[in-house]
Amino acid sequence: MRQPIGYEAFGLPPSCLDWLAARWRNGRGGLPRMFFCSGWIAAEEATRAPALGGWLGRQRFLLRMGAGRLGAPMERHCGVAATSASSVREPTPGGPDGRRREPLRRRANSASAPAVGASASAEGVRRDRPGSYSGATSSSRQRVESLRKKRPRFWTVIASVNFILLMVSLLVSQNYFRKSICFQIRQSHFFSQKPFCVYSSWKPQVFPWFGLDIGGTLVKLVYFEPKDITAEEEEEEVESLKSIRKYLTSNVAYGSTGIRDVHLELKDLTLCGRKGNLHFIRFPTHDMPAFIQMGRDKNFSSLHTVFCATGGGAYKFEQDFLTIGDLQLCKLDELDCLIKGILYIDSVGFNGRSQCYYFENPADSEKCQKLPFDLRNPYPLLLVNIGSGVSILAVYSKDNYKRVTGTSLGGGTFFGLCCLLTGCTTFEEALEMASRGDSTKVDKLVRDIYGGDYERFGLPGWAVASSFGNMMSKEKREAVSKEDLARATLITITNNIGSIARMCALNENINQVVFVGNFLRINTIAMRLLAYALDYWSKGQLKALFSEHEGYFGAVGALLELLKIP
Amino acid sequence: MAECGASGSGSSGDSLDKSITLPPDEIFRNLENAKRFAIDIGGSLTKLAYYSTVQHKVAKVRSFDHSDKDTEQDHEPPYEISVQEEVTARLHFVKFENTYIEACLDFIKDHLVNTETKVIQATGGGAYKFKDLIEEKLQLKVDKEDVMTCLIKGCNFVLKNIPQEAFVYQKGSNPEFRFQTHQPSVFPYLLVSVGSGVSIVKVETEDRFEWIGGSSIGGGTFWGLGALLTKTKSFDELLHLASRGQHANVDMLVQDIYGGAHQTLGLSGNLIASSFGKSATADTEFSKEDMAKSLLHMISNDIGQLACLYAKLHCLDRVYFGGFFIRGHPVTMRTITYSINFFSKGEVQALFLRHEGYLGAIGAFLKGAEQDNPNQYSWEENYAGSSGLMSSSPELCPTQRARSGTFDLLEMDRLERPLVNLPLLLDPSSYVPDTVDLTDDALARKYWLTCFEEALDGVVKRAVASQPGSVDAAERAEKFRQKYWDKLQTLRHQPFAYGTLTVRSLLDTREHCLNEFNFPDPYSKVKQKDNGVALKCFQRVIHSLDALGWEERQLALVKGLLAGNVFDWGAKAVSDVLESDPQFGFEEAKRKLQERPWLVDSYSNWLQRLKGPPHKCALIFADNSGVDVILGVFPFVRELLSRGTEVILACNSGPALNDVTYSESLIVAERIAAMDPVVRSALREERLLLTRTGSSSPCLDLRTWSGPCKGGHIWALGPLASQSVSLSVCSGADSPVLT
Repeated sequence: MRQPIGYEAFGLPPSCLDWLAARWRNGRGGLPRMFFCSGWIAAEEATRAPALGGWLGRQRFLLRMGAGRLGAPMERHCGVAATSASSVREPTPGGPDGRRREPLRRRANSASAPAVGASASAEGVRRDRPGSYSGATSSSRQRVESLRKKRPRFWTVIASVNFILLMVSLLVSQNYFRKSICFQIRQSHFFSQKPFCVYSSWKPQVFPWFGLDIGGTLVKLVYFEPKDITAEEEEEEVESLKSIRKYLTSNVAYGSTGIRDVHLELKDLTLCGRKGNLHFIRFPTHDMPAFIQMGRDKNFSSLHTVFCATGGGAYKFEQDFLTIGDLQLCKLDELDCLIKGILYIDSVGFNGRSQCYYFENPADSEKCQKLPFDLRNPYPLLLVNIGSGVSILAVYSKDNYKRVTGTSLGGGTFFGLCCLLTGCTTFEEALEMASRGDSTKVDKLVRDIYGGDYERFGLPGWAVASSFGNMMSKEKREAVSKEDLARATLITITNNIGSIARMCALNENINQVVFVGNFLRINTIAMRLLAYALDYWSKGQLKALFSEHEGYFGAVGALLELLKIP
Repeated sequence: MAECGASGSGSSGDSLDKSITLPPDEIFRNLENAKRFAIDIGGSLTKLAYYSTVQHKVAKVRSFDHSDKDTEQDHEPPYEISVQEEVTARLHFVKFENTYIEACLDFIKDHLVNTETKVIQATGGGAYKFKDLIEEKLQLKVDKEDVMTCLIKGCNFVLKNIPQEAFVYQKGSNPEFRFQTHQPSVFPYLLVSVGSGVSIVKVETEDRFEWIGGSSIGGGTFWGLGALLTKTKSFDELLHLASRGQHANVDMLVQDIYGGAHQTLGLSGNLIASSFGKSATADTEFSKEDMAKSLLHMISNDIGQLACLYAKLHCLDRVYFGGFFIRGHPVTMRTITYSINFFSKGEVQALFLRHEGYLGAIGAFLKGAEQDNPNQYSWEENYAGSSGLMSSSPELCPTQRARSGTFDLLEMDRLERPLVNLPLLLDPSSYVPDTVDLTDDALARKYWLTCFEEALDGVVKRAVASQPGSVDAAERAEKFRQKYWDKLQTLRHQPFAYGTLTVRSLLDTREHCLNEFNFPDPYSKVKQKDNGVALKCFQRVIHSLDALGWEERQLALVKGLLAGNVFDWGAKAVSDVLESDPQFGFEEAKRKLQERPWLVDSYSNWLQRLKGPPHKCALIFADNSGVDVILGVFPFVRELLSRGTEVILACNSGPALNDVTYSESLIVAERIAAMDPVVRSALREERLLLTRTGSSSPCLDLRTWSGPCKGGHIWALGPLASQSVSLSVCSGADSPVLT
C-alpha cells in the first residue's frame, strides 16, 4: 500500500548523510563562520565588544538572525538536531557548552530528548562541513563530498582547510570585492546567502526583492517595489531590473495564468529601511517552467540576486532554475516561512486595517459579519494551512512550534473532485458553482435517517450524517445538478478540516485557530462554515480566525528570510 | 452480489427476487421452536436473530446396583449408557442480502409454529422502511431499537463470549489475521462504526457508553462518490475496482511536490499530500480503478486519523472497527490498519471483529430478551452451525459463493453454567491455551488437517457403532462426515475462519459436528468397556503398589500416571492398538515406558517435595477413561489422600473422544470407593471432590472454568497442581498448564 498523507510527516529521522546533503542543498551555508565565531564571541564579547565598537555586535546580530536559522528545518525533521544554529541564536556565556543548548522548539519534541547528547556531540564534528567548500568550485565540491562520505575522519583535516579558506574569503572581502565575489561564486552558499556585510556600513540585499513559495498547485510570489529610489540609484539600476519592475507593477495579469492580487497590495511598507509597496502574485505550479524560461529571457541571472524560495517546489525546480535560468535558489523551510510570514504580516496590518478577522453569526447570511480581530496575543495558536493538502501546526512562540498533523483532504481534493464531478476547469468556477448548489440533495443528513434530531447522541437534524450518502441511490444520482455536487464537495472537505482542526485544538489545549491557505481565497462559504462548525461543536470554546493574505504567508516568510528580518 | 448495489438504501424494494428457493433447513434452522426475534436491516444486508431450543441426544450413564454381585467374576459393564433427549438453548443469527428479505419473511411466516411471539425488535437504517412489510408478513409488532445501543450491546456480547473475536489485520504478514487473546476486561474501548457515516463511541462499561464524535466521510461517501466517479453501482464492485487501482495516478504525492528531493529530506515520497490533487491539474482521463483506489485511501485515512485523534483525546489504545464499510473486506481493513498505525505511530491498535456484521442484530435481540437474562449465561460459538469469517468474500472461495455465500450464519449455544477463568491462572490475558498456532504454520496446518481427514472414517465408524439401536445412525454419520469434511476444506482455504486455528479448535469443531447429528458420545461404548476392564484390575494394582517400599511406590505411581497416557486420543497408532487389542495391558504399557530420565523430568524434585509436609490441596485434570483414570490417576489420588491432601479431580463436562466425563467419573469413583476405604472416606468427608472443567474438548482451556471455585483452597495448591498435572494428566499435544 502506498503511504497516506502529505509530505508533512517527518516520521523517521533522516540518516546523517541525508541530513547533511539536505542541509547542503538547503543552501544554508555559513557554518564555518559560526563555528569560529559563536564560542569566541560569546566568551569574549563582554570585554571586547565595546572596544571593537559595533563590529562584533553587528556580526553577532547577523549571525543570530541569519546563520542562526540554519539548523531550523532539521530540528523538526529529526527532532534531535540540537544544532549549532540554536546556540548561535542564543549564545550562552559558557562558550562551547552553549552549542549544546536545546533550541526552544525542542520542547515540542521532548520525546526524542535522550538522543540529544549524542547528536550534539556528533554535531561538533559535523557542523563545519558545508562551509568548508566556501571557495571550492562545484565539481571539486562534489569530489570532496564523495570523498568525505567515504572517509569521515578526514573532517578534522577538512576543518582546518576550511579555516584557511575562510580566512582567505574574509581577506578577499576586505579588499572591497564584496559584490562581485558575493554573487559570482554563486555555488558558495556561504557567500551568496548573505549579502556581505562585515562592515558596519551594512547594506541590505540588492533589488529586486522576491519571496517565492512553490506549492503543489499554486506558486505564490511576493515582490517589493521600492518607491524611494533615489536618482542616483535609478541611474545605476540596470535595465533588466527596471523592466522587471515595470512589468510587474504595470500589469495585473501575466501570461494567461499569472495574476496579481491588487486588492492585497500593501502600500507604503517600510522594509529594511526602504519604503515601497508589497505585491502579491500567483500562478499555477504547472506554469513553473514558463516562469523559469521568463527568468532566463529577462536575464534575471545578471541581476546577481538571490531567489529565496520555499515550498516543495523549491526542491523540485531547483535544478531547472540552475540549468535553465542560471539562477541559484535559496531553499527555505516551508513552515518556518509560514509562521514568520503570518506574524510579520499581522504586525504590519493591512493598509491601516486589521489583518486578522473572524465571523460573527456565521450561519446567518443576513446577520453574518466579518469583524477585525486583534491578534496581539497570538500564542498559543493553532495554525491550519489549507493548501493542496492541509498542515496543522501548534505555535507556542515565534520559534517554538510543532507540526501536529495534516490531512490529504485539502484544497487540491476539493478542486480535483470538482473537476471530475462537474468538469469545471478553474477554482473560481468550482466555487461559483458551489455557491449556487444545494449540498443537502447530495449529502445524507441526520434528519434523513432519523426524521429529526438524533437525541440519543445530541446530533442536530441538519448535521451531515454521510457525505455523498444520497448518491448511493441511483435515482438521486440522476436528480442532482453539478452545482449541488460542487457544493457538497466543498462542504465535505471543509467540515472534515474543521473536525480535524477541532480535535487538534482539543488535544493541544489551544482555543485560537487561524485558518490560512489558498483554499480560503474568495471562499466565504468555507470560512463561514469553519467558523460555525468550530463554534458549534466546541460549544463556543474555539474561535476560528482568518487572515486577509490567506495564501501568501510562505512567500512573505521567504522574502523576510532574504532580507534577514528576524 | 451484483443485486446488492441496486438495493441501495433508496431502492431496495423494487428488485426483490422472489423466485429464489431457499434451502430452508440449512438456513433458518430450528425455526419451529423459535420464540424471540430481532432484525437488523442495514443498507444492503439484513441480519435476523432468533432464540430457539434444540433437542439434543445426550449420553447419560447410570450405575447398576452391584452390591449383590461379585464384580470380579462379572462380565457385565460397570454402568449402563442411555441416550436421552436434552433441550438446550441456542441463538441463531442469519445474514442475507436485502433482496431476499421478502422471501425470507414469507418463509419464516410459513414455518413459525410458536405463537407466543408478539414483538420483533428491529434496528438499523432500513428498519423503518421495512416496518410495514414485517408487520404484515409476520403479524408481529415492530419495536424499534436504537442502532448504536444495539451495536454496542452486540459488541460487548461477542467480546465477552467468543474467545477469539477480535483480530488485528496485517496484510502480507504471516498470519494476516492475528486474533487477540481473551481479555478479562474489555472496557474501556473505542468503537468506530463505519456505516454510511462514521460514529465514534467510547464504551466504558456494559451499559455505559458515550458518543464522542463522528464524521460524515464514511462508507456512504465511498459508495456515493464512487458511484458518481466510476459509474459503478455496487459497493463490492467499487471495492473490487479499488483493489486493482493505482492511487498515485490521481493523488498528489509528496514526490510530486518535492521532486526527487524528498529522499534527501528524509520524507517518504509516497505519502499523499493531496487526495485527488492530480485530477485538478491535468485534463486527462482517469481510470475507474485509480479513482476508486484513491477514494478508498482518502476515506480510510481520514477515518483512521479521526479515530486516532479521538483515541488520543480519551487515552484509549484499543479501537474496534465495525460497520458495512469494513465488513471483513481485506482492502478496507488493510487501509484502515495502515492509517491507524501511521497516525498513532503504533500506539493505537486497530481491531476488527469476526462477527462484526451481527452486532446490531445481537444487540437488538439482547434488548428484547432482557427478561431472559441472556447475559447471565455463557454462550459458545457453535462451529458446526456457523459460517466462518469471509465465507461471503467472493475472491476467497468462489466455489462456495453460489448460494451459501449469500447467507451467513452464526449459532451460539448456551452453556449450562457461566464460565469463568480458572482462578489459578496468573494472568488470564496472556494465557494462550494452545502451543501450536496452525494459522501461521502452513506445514503444521497441512499435517493436522490431513490427520483429521484421515481419521474421519474411523470417527464415522465409531459413531455408528455407538448407537447400535438406531436405524438412521448410518445416514446421520454420513451427514456428519460431509459436514466435517466441508469444514476442514474451508479451514484449508481460510484457516482464520473461526479464529486462530489450533488442534483444539479442530477437535471442538468435530465435537460440534458430531453433536449436530446426534452423536453425543461416539466413544461411550468404548469407554464403558475400558472402564469395566480397568475396574477389575484396580484392586490388584493397589495391592501390588502397597507391597512396594515408599520410594519405589512413588516412582511406580508416577509411572502409572504416565503409562495411562499411552491410551491417549492423539496418536493414530494407539487408536489402532485400542481397536485391535483392548486387553493391552497396563503393566505392559508401564514396561514400555522409557527408563528415566524422561524428556521433561522433574521427578527428583517431586520426590523431594513429597518428603516434606503434605500438600494442602491438589487439582488433577483427568484425561482418558479406562486404564488411565482408574489405574493411573486413582492410585495416585489415593496416595495423596492418605497423605492428608485434599484432591479435586476435574473431568470434562461433556464427552470428548475417550476422555472420562464428569458423570462417568462419578460412577467410577463410586465403584472405587466400594473397593477402597481410603477413597470411600475421602469422598464422604469431601476431601476428594469431583468437578467439571467446563469443557467438552480433549484439550484444556483454563479460561473457561466451570468447577466449584473454592477460592481459599485452590490458591494453596498452585505449585502442586501444576506439577502433578504437568507430570501426568493433561499430557496431550497441548499441555496448557505447564507453566
